[in-house]
Amino acid sequence: MQHTISILVANEAGELSRIVGLFSARGFNIETICVGKTLEPAWSRCTIVTYGDDRVIEQIIKQCSRLARVREVRAVTRLPHIEREMALIDVSVKAGSERQEIMNLVKIFRAKVVDISHEKMILEASGHWQKVDTFIEMLKPFQINEVTRTGCVAINRLSPFEQSLEAKA
Amino acid sequence: MAREDEKVVMTSVANVPTVVKDAAQPVTETLLPSAPRGAEILVKGLIKNGVDTVFGLPGGAVLFIYDEIWRFRDEITHYLVRHEQGAVHAAEGYARATGKVGVALVTSGPGATNAVTGIATAYMDSIPLVVITGQVPSTMIGTDAFQEVDTFGVTLPIVKHSYLVRDVRDLEAIIDEAFQIAKSGKPGPVVIDVPKDITAQLCDNPRRIHAEYLFENKEEPIDETTLELVVERLINARQPVFYVGGGVVTADAADDLMKVVETLQVPVTPTLMGLGGFPTAHALSLGMLGMHGTYAANMAVSESDLLVAVGVRFDDRVTGKLATFAPHAEIIHIDIDPSNIGKIKKAHISLVADAKTALRKIAGKLENADKAKISKGKAKRESWWNKLNDWRDSVPFSCEYSETEIKPQHLIEELYKVTNGDATIVTDVGQHQMWAAQFYPFKRSRQWLTSGGLGTMGFGLPAAMGAQLACPDTQVVAVVGDGGFQMTNQEIITAIQYKIPLKVIIMNNGYLGMVRQWQEMFYDRAYSEVDLSISPDFVKLAEAYGAQGLRAEKPEDLRRVLEEGLSFKGVTIFDIVVSKEENVFPIIPAGQDTRNMILK
Repeated sequence: MQHTISILVANEAGELSRIVGLFSARGFNIETICVGKTLEPAWSRCTIVTYGDDRVIEQIIKQCSRLARVREVRAVTRLPHIEREMALIDVSVKAGSERQEIMNLVKIFRAKVVDISHEKMILEASGHWQKVDTFIEMLKPFQINEVTRTGCVAINRLSPFEQSLEAKA
Repeated sequence: MAREDEKVVMTSVANVPTVVKDAAQPVTETLLPSAPRGAEILVKGLIKNGVDTVFGLPGGAVLFIYDEIWRFRDEITHYLVRHEQGAVHAAEGYARATGKVGVALVTSGPGATNAVTGIATAYMDSIPLVVITGQVPSTMIGTDAFQEVDTFGVTLPIVKHSYLVRDVRDLEAIIDEAFQIAKSGKPGPVVIDVPKDITAQLCDNPRRIHAEYLFENKEEPIDETTLELVVERLINARQPVFYVGGGVVTADAADDLMKVVETLQVPVTPTLMGLGGFPTAHALSLGMLGMHGTYAANMAVSESDLLVAVGVRFDDRVTGKLATFAPHAEIIHIDIDPSNIGKIKKAHISLVADAKTALRKIAGKLENADKAKISKGKAKRESWWNKLNDWRDSVPFSCEYSETEIKPQHLIEELYKVTNGDATIVTDVGQHQMWAAQFYPFKRSRQWLTSGGLGTMGFGLPAAMGAQLACPDTQVVAVVGDGGFQMTNQEIITAIQYKIPLKVIIMNNGYLGMVRQWQEMFYDRAYSEVDLSISPDFVKLAEAYGAQGLRAEKPEDLRRVLEEGLSFKGVTIFDIVVSKEENVFPIIPAGQDTRNMILK
């Protein structure tokens, strides 16, 4: 079972390695990891996508909570939430028709063209990781030169009502 | 480790601005001439946190700190060890004997790596330590400088927390935090890695960035409903047993534990780390639990219907095969560390609290509980006690005495008699440790200091030194094997130097005994690399250090030798030659259950 865990940790050198070290020392997996500053510059938020059964996830949360510089650990996926990832994709374009096909995909996936040359395009896609996965899959018939992904960030929803809206949409 | 190219370091120190100002503010004011340097802030921070004893060994990266140690020598006594592992173990012994935070000070590189074994030992047994390691100057970090090692990285998985000091303004806050973290909650070692230039810089504008959060009380109050439930289960259980560990000792919860179990008349079994947390000779005690524990304790857990686990982590040396550990029991787990609950064994009811708080609350509830109900519960447990007593009587710890050679169990029994059972016993790891645990009935918390989790050979001697320093009025005796003794015996000279009446009993069987026992029992007697029969003459070695060296080889000499050595005012090394191939029984082979217990 895949889970997204959100950790509020001191914005200090070495704190991230402490979290990563804990995962490897206890045999937990890291699928993606993403860190950035919060409103308070002394604190960062680290989002980790991991997998394991309920017991493993509970241990991960408890072990992370033990760290002296961790203020909060939340299993985002246990509650209604929004999850997003971004990818930058360098793809080769051989002929005008190919470029047109790619532009169609860009439109369908609400992606963006962020750079372009005679032979190549760089595309920016964001959304749920599954959407990004699908977009990359659709681009595979063309020549993809490089893919770089941010890993997931996630936040809990404001209310269950909005969750049901997203479920419909 | 004092070799260092001073010129290089001093140059690099000179290159660093000696005054650090907040970059956001234009610097106009000048530093007060009296501004302290980092090293002074550090040593004053130690004093402020109640430290009067430091174990350490200097080197190039900590010269400024040692300069301050010299200046403040009236307020802090520094004990110069002969190897950094000894410094950390001595600090551990000090901490284990008192509950105070132990402090060790070592230099960069090899100083820090030598300290690693001690730090890991403290981490596994949740011992509060602050270990200060020197580091090469900030500007040289990452350049493979002389005596540089990434101490922060090396120690990362074996510390409760660690710091690499990057700004002298943080130093004061870091020292305070380190002590707070080391002793709060589940205690543990904290490493502070201090680059040399930081100790040289002057600073009159200290800052605190994260302090508020760290000093918040993170403990959550005990849930009343859960507490009621626990008390109800305790009163009504037919076949309960208390399984108590190091958490009871750490929290000084022995009195509260006593109150609870005496009210209810339920049996108690301590783990290796919990020894002393409940008096071994008490009528309610079943003796030690686990691999080399008593038959009664292990049987009791196997057949219990309620297992009350207090301050324990379901270590594999206790549980053996997990599936058959307390298979019929409802498990109540009380521990200060939420991550311990459900980590190994699922708890049906759990309380996240330190042992003292939880047991005190339970005792309080029992006081107000219906007395008739409690008596009714006690009556229900009569048949349980019949069973327990049968188990206790059928297989007590025993040894066959010999007229020609000293049996190791006999040695511990004699030691108990000679010390009136009042001595603090410190051990290494192995056969001698198990025999000491089995044959020395402990009376009080912190009377038994042993490397439980990590199982560190060489722990006993320096730890006993630290414990003896911390408790000058208590007789402290290290019981070690001939193998472990040779790992840290260099610290004998430290004890001589500071006139610490260190007593070390070498249980000398000429083997790495526990390994030999396993080879005998599980590896077809192939005694691969365990023979220590070629060893130094320990009596002469003691004398070379200026200590008293005594040997006993025959049972009739044992009492006299122990009495002579223990009444001697200085350092005594006892070479007690015991029977070579004695085994520790009972034993539950690793990963098996109580039914597979080998009794002799």
